[in-house]
Amino acid sequence: MFAYTVRRVIATIPVMGIVALFVFSLLYIAPGDPAAIIAGDQATPEDVERIRASLGLDRPFIIRFTEWLWRVLQGDLGVSIFTNLPVSHMIKQRLEPTFSLMLLTLTFALSCAIPMGVLAAWKHGTWIDRLVMLFAVLGFSVPVFVVGYVLAYTFALQLDWFPVQGYTPISNGIGGWVSNLTLPAVALGSAFIALIARITRATMLEVLNQDYVRTAKAKGVGQRAILFVHALKNAAVPIITIVGIGFAGLIGGAVVTESVFAIPGVGRLVVDAILRRDYPVIQGVVLMFSFTYVIVNLIVDLLYTVFDPRIRY
Amino acid sequence: MSSSAPLLEVQNLQTHFGTVDGVVRAVEGVSFHINAGETLGVVGESGCGKSVTAMSILRLISTPPGKMAGKILFKGTNLLELSEPEMQAIRGKDISMIFQEPMTSLNPVLTVGRQIGETVMLHEGVSARDAEQRAVEMLTLVGIPAPGRRVREYPHQLSGGMRQRVMIAMALACSPQLLVADEPTTALDVTIQAQILELMRDLETRVGAAIMLITHDLGVVAEMAQRVIVMYAGRKVEEGTAEEIFLNPLHPYTRGLMGSMPKLGSSLHETGRSKLTEIQGQVPSLRKPIIGCAFAGRCPNVTDVCRQMAPAIELKAPNHLVACHYAPRVAVAA
Repeated sequence: MFAYTVRRVIATIPVMGIVALFVFSLLYIAPGDPAAIIAGDQATPEDVERIRASLGLDRPFIIRFTEWLWRVLQGDLGVSIFTNLPVSHMIKQRLEPTFSLMLLTLTFALSCAIPMGVLAAWKHGTWIDRLVMLFAVLGFSVPVFVVGYVLAYTFALQLDWFPVQGYTPISNGIGGWVSNLTLPAVALGSAFIALIARITRATMLEVLNQDYVRTAKAKGVGQRAILFVHALKNAAVPIITIVGIGFAGLIGGAVVTESVFAIPGVGRLVVDAILRRDYPVIQGVVLMFSFTYVIVNLIVDLLYTVFDPRIRY
Repeated sequence: MSSSAPLLEVQNLQTHFGTVDGVVRAVEGVSFHINAGETLGVVGESGCGKSVTAMSILRLISTPPGKMAGKILFKGTNLLELSEPEMQAIRGKDISMIFQEPMTSLNPVLTVGRQIGETVMLHEGVSARDAEQRAVEMLTLVGIPAPGRRVREYPHQLSGGMRQRVMIAMALACSPQLLVADEPTTALDVTIQAQILELMRDLETRVGAAIMLITHDLGVVAEMAQRVIVMYAGRKVEEGTAEEIFLNPLHPYTRGLMGSMPKLGSSLHETGRSKLTEIQGQVPSLRKPIIGCAFAGRCPNVTDVCRQMAPAIELKAPNHLVACHYAPRVAVAA
């Protein structure tokens, strides 16, 4: 198990390497010349050339990539072209809102989706099942910003239950933190809930037909324990797999959600950076998101062994 | 039969399933009883309603699509009238069940000890630690070596025979009065079969549980059961003491079953005389009501009477009931 973990961590190195290469190439692939943007409309071609040289943009790709990678490995993500602040510092400042949003969304989505899926499987073919499936289809097909604006309009503007936008740090009290993040988490979670509920339902339907479920019933185990202990533990592996895969969608959704609800997170940071062609910041954020995704899926792989004793590494 | 009330009395049980192409009449008016401490063998080929009967007793049939009618009296209480929580209190405690498939009947993600202990915790309200202790005792009882270690293992770490022993341990953990064993040895290889049967017989005397032993293996029945019922197409066609059924089978279906069983010591290569016989034809569809005798389509002695009128089950010899118009009536002592 320990050896496996070490091997998996080592295996992430080439993955991260490829991600790093791609992230760095963005500079060449994307349209727009950062030197020209920095220089402004009034600049002469000589000015642009000077800025390009000062940024090192005139040197060969492979040399610049190696230098950049070496600095990244030392934790130096470079300096923002616009603010002149270290990128790692800028990201660190914005991490809390983003991770808070992710955490709350994940908690909310799992605690809704799993009972929904279990219930739908247990009562399959009834109106409860159809209601859950209808919700799942809606959750998939309505984009996160539409859900976000509808929620903000209804629950913040009309009913005044939650703040319209903004973020309160957790250090200022958990109440404000939760109330500010509730609507964003619901908006971001709706597609995720749909995904998890569907897979939970499908897996549970299969598991509930297994012989060991009948055995549990024959022992006098109650319906709730059959569903949530005997069956759900067997359904766990596909469910956590989809949670891991769906995490990518969650990252993408967080960027949009932060814009809708004006949350000063990493998502907003990267949107602003893209608009300004602030390449060091874009590279830093994309690298961090990729790294998070790789780590989440490593955790998912290790969780398999917790839920299914037959899986051993 | 004994004058005291039987432990289990099934009266005119009907279990039907609603499907898209009509109602399947899996069990059609079966009556039988089991006395305390005895072993009743239930024989018949696949699809004759043996397993459905067993599942009906524990009410493991999901309704709908299933539908049960008749009476299942356990110590005088009609199980079909109990609420689901009342039924849960009986399952695993008063009546427990062993299933045919030891490989798939245990939960793969829970330890063996947890699965045995759960029954005890549910029905006797003991702590988790005491339940594990009981699980170790039960594993010892069913002859699993190193029970202290095995109790923490998962089903995939055990062989098929050991898993069936675990199933038996689980079924017997709360000392039930009735054990329903649905083909307990079918999935096991022959040497393990003998061990499991030996174990069941041993436990029967030690725990004193009555056993309803469902099997298509007549050898198993001969070895274990005091009384036997023979089922065909959801009906009981013959009932009697094991001795009567084996020495003096009266129903043509039972005779067919006996004829299709190889006998030890007779060579299959000798032409003619010791060839296995098969029962010609197929089991009738259970989707439409059967008019006349259910076995009429396959019976070698069939007459028009059989095709038009269902035979009643009657006492044709001492301790021997048969549902056949032409079963010879042997002198029945009053």
